[in-house]
Amino acid sequence: MNTLQQIRFIWKPVVFLVCLLPLLLIIGDAFGVTGSLGANQIEAILDRFGNWALRFIMIALMVTPLRRLTDWNWLSRFRRMLGLFTFFYAFMHFLTWLVLDQELRLSEILEDLIERPFITLGFIAMVLLTALAVTSFMAIRRRMGKRWQLLHNMTYVIGILGVWHYWWQVKKDITEPLIYAGILFVLLTARVIWYWNRRSLRAAA
Amino acid sequence: MLIRKPSDIRSSEITSETNYLNRRDFIRAGAIAGGSIISSGAIGAIVPDSRLAPLTNIAKSPLSTSEMLNSFEDISTYNNFYEFGLQKGDPVVNAENFKPRPWSIKVSGHAEKTGVIDFDDFMKPFDLEERIYRMRCVEAWSMVIPWVGISLADVVKHFQPTSKAQYVAFETLEDRERMPGQKGWSLDWPYREGLTIAEAINPLTILAVGLYGNAIPNQNGAPIRLVVPWKYGFKGIKSIVGIKFMSSQPQTSWNMANPSEYGFYANVNPEVDHPRWSQARERRIGGGIFDKKRKTLMFNGYGEQVAHLYKDLNLRRNF
Repeated sequence: MNTLQQIRFIWKPVVFLVCLLPLLLIIGDAFGVTGSLGANQIEAILDRFGNWALRFIMIALMVTPLRRLTDWNWLSRFRRMLGLFTFFYAFMHFLTWLVLDQELRLSEILEDLIERPFITLGFIAMVLLTALAVTSFMAIRRRMGKRWQLLHNMTYVIGILGVWHYWWQVKKDITEPLIYAGILFVLLTARVIWYWNRRSLRAAA
Repeated sequence: MLIRKPSDIRSSEITSETNYLNRRDFIRAGAIAGGSIISSGAIGAIVPDSRLAPLTNIAKSPLSTSEMLNSFEDISTYNNFYEFGLQKGDPVVNAENFKPRPWSIKVSGHAEKTGVIDFDDFMKPFDLEERIYRMRCVEAWSMVIPWVGISLADVVKHFQPTSKAQYVAFETLEDRERMPGQKGWSLDWPYREGLTIAEAINPLTILAVGLYGNAIPNQNGAPIRLVVPWKYGFKGIKSIVGIKFMSSQPQTSWNMANPSEYGFYANVNPEVDHPRWSQARERRIGGGIFDKKRKTLMFNGYGEQVAHLYKDLNLRRNF
């Protein structure tokens, strides 16, 4: 097997299964097999899916900086999968809110979407993530040409919206939102610096 | 139905509901049998200092609800008690070695009787009562909790406040070694709460020293805490070391931390939303994943006893 085949037939399935572990743990805890969700199960499910969505977008955003630092170009082969897992966990978070927490009460859901800024932010991030997920197929990517990259730069916006959504939701303990904000800040700053360097290089030439 | 893994609490510490109810019959029978020898009034409220030791001479109250109780596990593992950590599961772990003895309470301000009083002496003049109350957290969840406590009205009367006393202020212990959460920056310590004197002497208001018939667990505010069932849970200040009769409205911790979100009154009110979430409904803890939220009741369903206190008050402005 060459490297590409190894990635496709061995590493991708392995990474896929690892990415499913948080889901399996949540299910296991819900049934009391692997642990427990505590006294407030719905809140626990909501928090855990939301947290994993944030973790996955951070991991997805780490791919490019890591590739630049290490020259491990094969890393980019996993970017789409990581992005889709971000979408998956965010969508589970959204579904938990819609079905288990809000019990599909439409008028109250709409009221929350309009009146609670942190929910508005989360919802915008969800809509954007959906747009990225449905345009993630190679055929669509080819058809979209340069506009594809423009659209998928929204990943940065989604990261910011996600952290902001979390920050506004907590009552007092902003430790975790602060950690995500810190990571996001480093990941985005790295890109800004690279962008500037490239521009000044080009200007010099 | 969820099957839950046993938590860190030893099963011997958990009283099942049926045992608990049997136990109450047992205590009642005992109280009748022993009535001729010991009258509860003569001896006063005794709170043993060993962990979760059973309390005796507990009277029942018509103010108790007959709703289904939350389990001891739910009540003692899902706590907001920032002195022992910011996550709900932190207090049960971090308060495990907390020693609520020796303990004293400083009574001060506009009252005839003031001073620093040892906890056991403080309790002596009062009778223990069981009060099964709904508890509505500002975070839109609720529980039904069988407290054991003493009437705050009796306590207030005992210390004979003067006419200048319009408010009662409470303070939690401030001790960074014993309460490790106070090392972090989250609230301005010590935790402070307060009530108007009318709220303090309302028959519903109690100082709780017990839970499920035993001494109150550390993570629920040992050895003594406030319970005001028509207000959001954060008004129920825990591990009290100070009671002060004041002429002006005292500062309260959550109001100091975020005045636009947490008011002094903090009455449960489904019509006045928290700026960031709705207060119209609440999730009753322990119902499982498919349990529906229930409608939050005005004054947490205690309007009959307390609505008159606020008839001249704009509750939207004074949230």
